[in-house]
Amino acid sequence: MNENRKYPFSEIDPDICKGCGLCVASCPKGVLVISDKLNSKGFHFSEYVGEGCIGCGNCFYTCPEPSAVTVYLRNYVPEEVS
Amino acid sequence: MAQKTILRKPRGFIDVYKHKPGAEKDRTHYCPGCGHGILHKLIAEALEDFDIVDKTIVISPVGCSVFAYYYFHTGNLQVPHGRAPAVATSVSRANPDSVVISYQGDGDLAAIGGNNILQAANRGENMVVFFVNNAIYGMTGGQMAPTTLEGQITTTTPYGRNVKTDGYPIQVCEIINQLTAPVYVVRTSLHDMPNIRKTRAAVRKAISNARDKKGFSFVEVLSMCPSGWKMDSVPAQEWIKENMIPRFPLETFRDDSEDTPAIERPVPVMDPDEVKRILEYSALSDSNLEKNPDAAFEKVAVRIAGFGGQGIMSAGIALANVGMEYGYNVSWLPSYGPEMRGGTANCSVKIQSDTVGASECTEPNMVIAMNQPSLEKFEKILVPGGALIYNSTLIDIEPTRTDVEVYPIPITGIADELGNTRVQSMVSVGAFAAVTEMFDPGEIENLMTSLFKGKSDKVMKLNEKAVRKGYEYVKENFS
Repeated sequence: MNENRKYPFSEIDPDICKGCGLCVASCPKGVLVISDKLNSKGFHFSEYVGEGCIGCGNCFYTCPEPSAVTVYLRNYVPEEVS
Repeated sequence: MAQKTILRKPRGFIDVYKHKPGAEKDRTHYCPGCGHGILHKLIAEALEDFDIVDKTIVISPVGCSVFAYYYFHTGNLQVPHGRAPAVATSVSRANPDSVVISYQGDGDLAAIGGNNILQAANRGENMVVFFVNNAIYGMTGGQMAPTTLEGQITTTTPYGRNVKTDGYPIQVCEIINQLTAPVYVVRTSLHDMPNIRKTRAAVRKAISNARDKKGFSFVEVLSMCPSGWKMDSVPAQEWIKENMIPRFPLETFRDDSEDTPAIERPVPVMDPDEVKRILEYSALSDSNLEKNPDAAFEKVAVRIAGFGGQGIMSAGIALANVGMEYGYNVSWLPSYGPEMRGGTANCSVKIQSDTVGASECTEPNMVIAMNQPSLEKFEKILVPGGALIYNSTLIDIEPTRTDVEVYPIPITGIADELGNTRVQSMVSVGAFAAVTEMFDPGEIENLMTSLFKGKSDKVMKLNEKAVRKGYEYVKENFS
């Protein structure tokens, strides 16, 4: 994770993602895209373009894969993880 | 609850799916775009947020969600097709403080389990049922389900579901809503974000109802099956909106959550003394019969068999009851056909000092055969050295076994001489007492009032005589 990144942002695990595209369709800001790259399972995974996330959580709640999407919200403090 | 600062895999899920076979322990088995994963996540999140992961038991059905137990960090049971509400009932009754979740698909719940869900809902069991409706049998390859829409093409309706031959899609919420007991009946959908959030609210309300023991909550969720519908995920969401919702309107059919008090059910009586009092079994507490330390048998596993009507069952019950009076642990297990009289019948009785495990005598050390078919059938399973008592009045053949003690006794004949063939069961009880030396015939006579509660003195006297005759016949002929 890039420490200088601004919250909120969405992080998608490229290897867990199955590329169904529900998050891309649900994103109100259009900041998620299906990658041209393939992951280790042969899926074109979804990825965050790097800016514009408003932390609405749509991608998290619409994603059918429990651990594929993590959304760090506006009030997130990195220390909490440890 | 503190405001969330991060949305990540909820703690209601197992961290690493260790129960899942194969190398992929970090992701589910669901197809891309499947609605199950979304609903799983909403449930797991609610369990974490309410801090009830440890007191929740999820019942997995048969269907794509058969492996729900790979994922939920709760107690888990996977049950036969359609039976989740029945199993959830027993789990909920046995553990009333638990949060019990029955997670089912439309084939499981609305077809094979159709009656199970109605009865559980009608009893108002304290549980949540999540009913995932995707209008198709997903796991088996996209066949017509009870909820398949009119005209919908599936592998078993290649020309579309025809209501003239296949009936109409079943609207389960509407049916459940006809019952009095349920507290919360709602239909939601996963077809877009606003509705996923409504589903989230419904999941949380239903689970909190179970936590607060409010009773039966039913959440139907319209869900995508991109594989079964043969379309991509996003068009599948559109398909729900355009095709499913007209037939399955999104609605809160009932919400009595606020006004419903916590369920209070009568507590089952588990105290043995109280059970004896309720059953008016005073003789048991009064009797202080001593076991015979020199008995020929320490423990008996006896199979009693004969025609229906020969008193097979009553002989077994009598033996078990007498054994209980002597302070043995006993069991009695009947096995019979649908006929009350005629046909064949047998029962297993165990009488022993240590705890009885399985109550069926698959390897009996005694067989009491009252007719020829029973002798032929059950002498085979008698253990070597066991006792074979058979009714020589009705059985002409000789037993084939030579490694057992054989006692041919004219049981029916003795009863007939006493004036009533119906007492042959007590003749065999007397014979049992003599062969095993576990019971004393005089002491059995004192138990007649409890064995034949409500019968006339004449009947009791006749049965007393029958016990005595059976006992004496063995003592006179085989000692």
